[in-house]
Amino acid sequence: MNAKLKKFRGSCHNNTNETIDGLEKITLVGSPNVGKSVVFGNLTGRYVTVSNYPGTTVEVTRGKGRLGSKEFAVIDTPGMYSLLPITEEERVARNILLEEKPEIVLQVADAKNIERMLHLTLQLIEAELPVILNLNLMDEAERLGMKIDLNLLEQELGIPVVATVATENKGMDVLRDRLIKYERTAGRVFKYDNLTESAIHKIEEVLKGEFNISKRAIALLLLQDDPDIKALVKEQMKGNYISVEEIIEETKKRYAQPLHYIITLARQKEVNNIVERATTTAVSKGMDFRERLSRLMMHPIAGIPILLMAIYGLYEFVGVFGAQVSVDFLENKVFGEYINPFFTKVVSSIIPWKVIQELFVHQYGIITLGIRYAIAIILPIVTTFFIAFSIIEDTGYLPRLAMLIDRLFKKIGLNGRAVIPIVLGFGCDTMATMVTRTLETKRERIIATLLLSLAIPCSAQMGVILALLAGNSKGLWIFVSIMTIIFLFVGFLAARIMPGERPLFYMEIPPLRWPKLSNVFTKTYTRVEWYFKEILPLFILASILIWAGRITGLFDFVINILSYPVSWIGLPKEAATAFLYGFFRRDFGAAGLYDLKDAGILSGIPLIVSIVTLALFMPCIAQFSMTIKERGLKMALGMAAFIFPFAFFVGFLVNKLLNGLGVIL
Amino acid sequence: MKLSDKAEEILEHLWIMTYEMKQEMANFKDLKTERDAPEVTELLALNYISVFRDGIRLRKEGMKEAENAVRRHRLAERLMVDVLDLKKPLMEETACRFEHLLHKDVEESICTLLGHPAFCPHGKPIPQGRCCKKSERAAKAIVSSLADVDKEAKGKVAYLHTRDNKKLQKLMAMGLLPGVSVEVIQRFPSYVLKIGNSQIAMDEEMARDVFIRLKR
Repeated sequence: MNAKLKKFRGSCHNNTNETIDGLEKITLVGSPNVGKSVVFGNLTGRYVTVSNYPGTTVEVTRGKGRLGSKEFAVIDTPGMYSLLPITEEERVARNILLEEKPEIVLQVADAKNIERMLHLTLQLIEAELPVILNLNLMDEAERLGMKIDLNLLEQELGIPVVATVATENKGMDVLRDRLIKYERTAGRVFKYDNLTESAIHKIEEVLKGEFNISKRAIALLLLQDDPDIKALVKEQMKGNYISVEEIIEETKKRYAQPLHYIITLARQKEVNNIVERATTTAVSKGMDFRERLSRLMMHPIAGIPILLMAIYGLYEFVGVFGAQVSVDFLENKVFGEYINPFFTKVVSSIIPWKVIQELFVHQYGIITLGIRYAIAIILPIVTTFFIAFSIIEDTGYLPRLAMLIDRLFKKIGLNGRAVIPIVLGFGCDTMATMVTRTLETKRERIIATLLLSLAIPCSAQMGVILALLAGNSKGLWIFVSIMTIIFLFVGFLAARIMPGERPLFYMEIPPLRWPKLSNVFTKTYTRVEWYFKEILPLFILASILIWAGRITGLFDFVINILSYPVSWIGLPKEAATAFLYGFFRRDFGAAGLYDLKDAGILSGIPLIVSIVTLALFMPCIAQFSMTIKERGLKMALGMAAFIFPFAFFVGFLVNKLLNGLGVIL
Repeated sequence: MKLSDKAEEILEHLWIMTYEMKQEMANFKDLKTERDAPEVTELLALNYISVFRDGIRLRKEGMKEAENAVRRHRLAERLMVDVLDLKKPLMEETACRFEHLLHKDVEESICTLLGHPAFCPHGKPIPQGRCCKKSERAAKAIVSSLADVDKEAKGKVAYLHTRDNKKLQKLMAMGLLPGVSVEVIQRFPSYVLKIGNSQIAMDEEMARDVFIRLKR
């Protein structure tokens, strides 16, 4: 369990977990998409990615917050529906409760769905954890005409209850105040039926060992066949565990249905009792605009034009404004007229040796190549993409897209849920590879990683490609069609080669929400910052390596070797340079093609062939190391061994096909 | 003509032995009867069974009657669990007695009421009756699988039926619990359900295992 947890804590861009040793801990728990990360941000002043779909947070984040005069550690966890975990993230969240002793467990809940939320509350009380219930999203509950009697709820549950609208900071003062003044209360533990109760008592009596949650909760989890808890108890009780096992088996025999069904039903009754007394709902109005729009988005026919409109909007904003207008301005105006000439002049006047000059300026210099690619080409594209993507994320469109596309994705061994990593892949394949964690089976995770590595060009690369194909709509369509075919074909094959259980699709569809501008910008900023930190050193390093390679002759040697496969797929020899960059990052390679096109060396069919081939390369070194981390070294190497030859093979086929058909571009 | 309760029990056992446990013959001890017991004579007279030295074999002639007996037994169990909410030991005892009271017409109405269930509470298949095979099953049913109801159907969850424990857990995590109000917003390309104040999307495989009592 520990090793698993560690794996989740380390991550590519969240290594900023603050040191919080020795501080009192507040752990945030709760169902997915109720706003835990927003509350975390409010309490600590630190930003963690917030979106409008379940499963945005895939790992534990720790931060520091000041409440009154005291410092607290605040821990944000992935969403969990109940103490009995289904997914890996839920397991991660529960492990925090099992392994650390938080001074306060703050359950963040969706007020309008209180009857689903209280299940976890009752379980946390049962576990004798120090719980405060935070009913968040109160504005949405009020919009539905719901009224919740907080005092009555506090009495019924025996724990503090606070209502908030965390995104607007409403109620946060009260919450802070209650956190400061928190004194541990036991909470009201409710009783199951006699049979279950007697089983719990019997288990409690024979149970030996130290646990961070109550024996009652352990007994209930054991009765519900929780494999992790079973292992934990077995470890502590060794051979004596048999006596527990006997009680469980004996109890199971007395019921016609699985025990977790029986136990959940009993809890449901209690929850209904409480909710009935503590809430009132006005007669609901008809469908509002939000709901009408939501249903159109999910409609099998009306949903398609909406999707196309979204893609078109994305194209205009990222492909035209970002990749063409902004790149053109930065590339030709800022770098072409000011930065490049300026540094070339300065460097040339300080450093007399041409060899050293070339390290910084001229064709392959750090400034004229590395920094120019990063700032003039990649930065505007990535920024515009993440702005657009954040808006889409925050409206809640992605779960609706997931539900539309589930049937298609089942054919390639995935389910609708995989839409989120795949769409995120169009932003950054490295982030997306990390998010494949949210997929349920190992098979799905492998297939999704493979498809991301092969057939999903990231925004940087996509942007350069759009710029390369600007005004060449035929070429663009050919490119898009080929990539789509490869995505589906390889996915289909992978699903056949790797048989496994059919993935099930289920997902909450959150209400459509207006994106908050501040969140869109903060999120874009954190993502772009991370991205930039990732690529800039790499681009500079690549410039240095190329410089060193040119001096030693190694560069020409490698280019020479690469020129074979390159000419084999019908490209001019010069394209080999771009492919060499492509091994560092495929967007870097695409940027290399940009220069070749500008120089008039590359056009027509060879341009399409080189774009397709490069687009199929592994995304970048960062994504490769993320693949190693998430899927293991063997799997990562296996994928690389497939992807590079396959990319050239497809390039070869496309070249033959387009020439054979006599396509004129 | 009505069989005696004991004769029905024997037919049931024989059917299970033959079709589910793939045994040719059942011995008297397993059937809790004897060679010259009145129920054996009764079945022999109807030509439903063949009697051998140490056991009984179900004949083709008795197959239909035996299958119906099993069907009634398992329907009775479903009724005890879904509608009367009885616990296991009591459920089995009651079902054993109740099944013999289920005549043809009652059997069909109960089957319809329960939404033509495919499995008994123990997860064993319930042989289909005539009523289950009628094409308008979904329209007539009172309790029906979510996968069989029309768009915009409303009702309350009657029960969940799945032998996959993980799936059951997922359905429950989504808030699909007996007594909860459900509305089917959409069926294609995926199911979208309104449960309380939330909306959940799921595939047909998940929806298939949720049975709702339709509101008319």
